[in-house]
Amino acid sequence: MSKIIEGLKYSESHEWVKVEDGIAVVGVTDFAQAEMGDITYVDMPEVDDEVTAGEEFGALESVKAASDLISPVSGKVVAVNEALEDEPEKVNEDAFENWIIKVEMSDPSELDNLLDAAAYKAQIGE
Amino acid sequence: MSETINNAELQLTCLYDRHVALQAKMSPFAGFMMPIQYNSITVEHLAVREKVGMFDVSHMGEIFVEGPGAEKFVNWIFTNEIRGFEPGKVLYGMMCYPDGGVVDDLLVYREFTPEHFLLVVNAANIDKDFAWIQEHAEGFDCVVRNESPVWGQIAVQGPAAEKVVTEILGYKEAAELGFYTFCDVEYKGKRLILSRTGYTGEDGFELYTSTEGTVELWDRLIEAGVQPCGLGCRDTLRFEAGLPLYGDELSPEISPVMAGLGMFCKYDKDFIGKEALLAQKGGEIVRKLVGIEIGDKAIPRAGYPVETPEGEEVGIVTTGYHSISLDKSICFALVDKAYAALDTPLCVRIRKKVFAGKVVKKRFYQTNYKK
Repeated sequence: MSKIIEGLKYSESHEWVKVEDGIAVVGVTDFAQAEMGDITYVDMPEVDDEVTAGEEFGALESVKAASDLISPVSGKVVAVNEALEDEPEKVNEDAFENWIIKVEMSDPSELDNLLDAAAYKAQIGE
Repeated sequence: MSETINNAELQLTCLYDRHVALQAKMSPFAGFMMPIQYNSITVEHLAVREKVGMFDVSHMGEIFVEGPGAEKFVNWIFTNEIRGFEPGKVLYGMMCYPDGGVVDDLLVYREFTPEHFLLVVNAANIDKDFAWIQEHAEGFDCVVRNESPVWGQIAVQGPAAEKVVTEILGYKEAAELGFYTFCDVEYKGKRLILSRTGYTGEDGFELYTSTEGTVELWDRLIEAGVQPCGLGCRDTLRFEAGLPLYGDELSPEISPVMAGLGMFCKYDKDFIGKEALLAQKGGEIVRKLVGIEIGDKAIPRAGYPVETPEGEEVGIVTTGYHSISLDKSICFALVDKAYAALDTPLCVRIRKKVFAGKVVKKRFYQTNYKK
């Protein structure tokens, strides 16, 4: 049974979004990190890169496979979690605490296209 | 993440229920439903490198060749030389097509009964190999039997493997075996082939016996605290040790010469594929398998392009990992032979970025075999 936090928005591709002061904080879900196994590398964009909802913005690498990260929102990257460069395993330890990027949204109404906690829970079959 | 697979067509090994009970992550591999990991690939990998781990390898194929013409026949289909090779010895090599492409890579066991051989082949290739062997056995005085379904196999691997096999399983004979030799013992009245072989780069044993016996031995090893290991770390371990995987580093398109395994082909005898391999050895070869190390944590995966520093595509990655034992991103790649020399600068394109690296030796990890 994986952890799901109420009040966050979720994508079908297992990213979560938390809005803090108009900025979208993006990470991957606990379900995703458990499916991936030991995460060994987080491929992140750079600050000021543009990301687009539904498009790849980076990747998580486990021992076995690479899995694309799909941006749940569009906008400009204002921060990346540099701690993950040296300690990618933090995503395994707490996927909700260890965000990956922060995005200044160009169209906050895109958040309405995402799932709420209950709908995401249903999607992963828990 | 997953392909559509009809689970009904998948075979199960005799240890399937044990894997499910251990809550292993199961996945189809080579036509079998196999454990990929029980807990963590890293934990299982390090158990084998530092202490001991065990693998269910019951999916592997066992094909027996017997009869007055058996030696002559096996030597005709096998690239390595089995004449003068004594009972109790194990030899690695390939079966090749006439064009030098690989039917399979395999182990040949010379049994203690004269003119009896055991060929251990890859699970994915059992049917193809058996058909190939039968077809070519015509005209040789020998019989070929595929006994794969009735044999189970457990690989016990790691520096403490000898201790486990001699003390926990009680087979004192194990201590006397050199690497790539075997002996016959019994388990509950059934034959058990105790073989000092493996696919991890560490010392270890492979135990072949009846499926019922395999389940009992597995339970005893679990009870003794031996770490069960899945195919996930089997791949990371064999890769670090520079060992090829059929389908990635050897295939109908990738010959032993291209893969740098020419030492397992003996040209002072006749075998299927010899002329083609000799021509390749003499220079008729376009690509070679190399090791590449890149200076970043990004991971080169199978299928990623290999480029020169100028951006010209000259090859493709066949297997790659961020090595658990070495903490480096390394891969095997098939590249144009002009770029195969050690230290040649080569880059790997990983998604949108290009990472600089160089050609290194394929045996990334210093193996620890028993002499």
